[in-house]
Amino acid sequence: MADFTIDDLRRIMLEGAGVDEGVDLDGDILDTTFTELGYDSLAMLETASRIERLLGIRLSDEEVGDADSPRRLLDLVRRTAQRLPEGVPV
Amino acid sequence: MTVTAADPAAPAADVRTGRAVITGLGVVAPNGVGVRDYWAATLAGTPGIGRLTRFDPSSYPVQLAGEVTGLEPAEHIPSRLMAQTDRTTQLSLIAAEQAFADAALDPAGLPEYETSVVTASASGGFEFGQRELENLWSKGSQYVSAYQSFAWFYAVNTGQISIRHGLRGPSGVLVSDQAGGLDVAAQARRYVRAGRRAVVTGGVDASLCPWGWAAQLTSGRLSTRPDPDRAYVPFDVEACGFVPGEGGAILLVEDAGTAAQRGAGAYAEITGYAATFDPRPGSPRQPTLRTAVERALADAGLTPGDIDVVFADGAGLPELDRIEVAAITDVFGRYGVPVTVPKTMTGRLYSGGAALDLATAALSLRDGVIPPTVNLRHLAPEYAIDVVRQARPGRIRNALVVSRGYGGFNSAVVLSTPPGSISEH
Repeated sequence: MADFTIDDLRRIMLEGAGVDEGVDLDGDILDTTFTELGYDSLAMLETASRIERLLGIRLSDEEVGDADSPRRLLDLVRRTAQRLPEGVPV
Repeated sequence: MTVTAADPAAPAADVRTGRAVITGLGVVAPNGVGVRDYWAATLAGTPGIGRLTRFDPSSYPVQLAGEVTGLEPAEHIPSRLMAQTDRTTQLSLIAAEQAFADAALDPAGLPEYETSVVTASASGGFEFGQRELENLWSKGSQYVSAYQSFAWFYAVNTGQISIRHGLRGPSGVLVSDQAGGLDVAAQARRYVRAGRRAVVTGGVDASLCPWGWAAQLTSGRLSTRPDPDRAYVPFDVEACGFVPGEGGAILLVEDAGTAAQRGAGAYAEITGYAATFDPRPGSPRQPTLRTAVERALADAGLTPGDIDVVFADGAGLPELDRIEVAAITDVFGRYGVPVTVPKTMTGRLYSGGAALDLATAALSLRDGVIPPTVNLRHLAPEYAIDVVRQARPGRIRNALVVSRGYGGFNSAVVLSTPPGSISEH
């Protein structure tokens, strides 16, 4: 499951925490911050928990907290799934 | 230096009266969603009690309930909120939105710290909690929703209404079973007296799931009779318990002065309130319901002859019915006041029940008609009360709403026709 994509993330976000009125998850959201998407810390906790269950990985709470956009979260998930240290290209 | 003119939308402090009026109603009831449908069904005596459909009740001793039907919460609530809310919160949010619309008041235009929320809750979010408990024991702790942290909680309806509409005045929740639906109206009045402009109040309960059902059965007060027309018959010789239901009402309460200033009509003014607590079971001391009624009348500055209708608690159990009839006849005399129990159409909705009675009483004041009690066939001969069995028109200036909660709570509220009310327009 190293090819965890933005569409996988969209589906998990919809299932876990849902989407606010006026937010289009289907749009180009890669570099939109989670805050702009209406996601608070609890929504991030739920999203991360679902990714962990799906992929059988463990994400660090601190790193999830730092991943403030879908692009950065996808990067974190791929690196964690492949056990790559930070900075090494996925 | 320029002197800034006062914001014309902001009320001058001296407009405020400290008098609390009900200007908006939101209703989610087993016999109707929305004020118009609920009131039409209630006046027609149309019940909303039937065999449970939300889960298979065949293995339970009680199989009837008042279910809210014809309402799909996901059509009214964004998925972001659906994911983190129990049904009781979803119904609360829908009712709150109705109440603002009914009052023609846009919450976005209110000063955020001048609007409070206080709701009653008897059970919190049972259905959400059951689902997450099932996830916990069948799959493991990592499958439990992060939102379980608050979705089950009694205060969550207040919190979600507050967040959704940006209402940041002093807020809270009251947990006193059925009586809570009246206790919050009194708290709303306190907030108005303290200078708040508007308060969202009332209550909704909804725990028609197996876990909630098992919890409700422990009271021993539920009716096991399978016939929807005979299961919940307060004051009847066949009274044998009650049918539970889901739903309730959310009410918008405003300062009478600021409501009038914005041209809003009011259904009713909250003029009287009292609450008492019963002696422990087995105590030789008398129950205190009568005292609650007397003190609520005194608080309103009224005498028994001023009350035009009593919305009774209608427990549906002979011992509790006897206590309530004694309180009513002691205060009002034999057959001294019309008495009604519209909740015979919905079942008892816990905190939502008394809140719905308040909404119903407000509609009675507006339209000058008392809604009926249904399914009463044989009034117990020792009960000298005038039970309204068909919608009864007449001038209604003051209505008394009585409610009791499991464990000894008694509350009474008086609603009165306010000056400049909708019915006088």
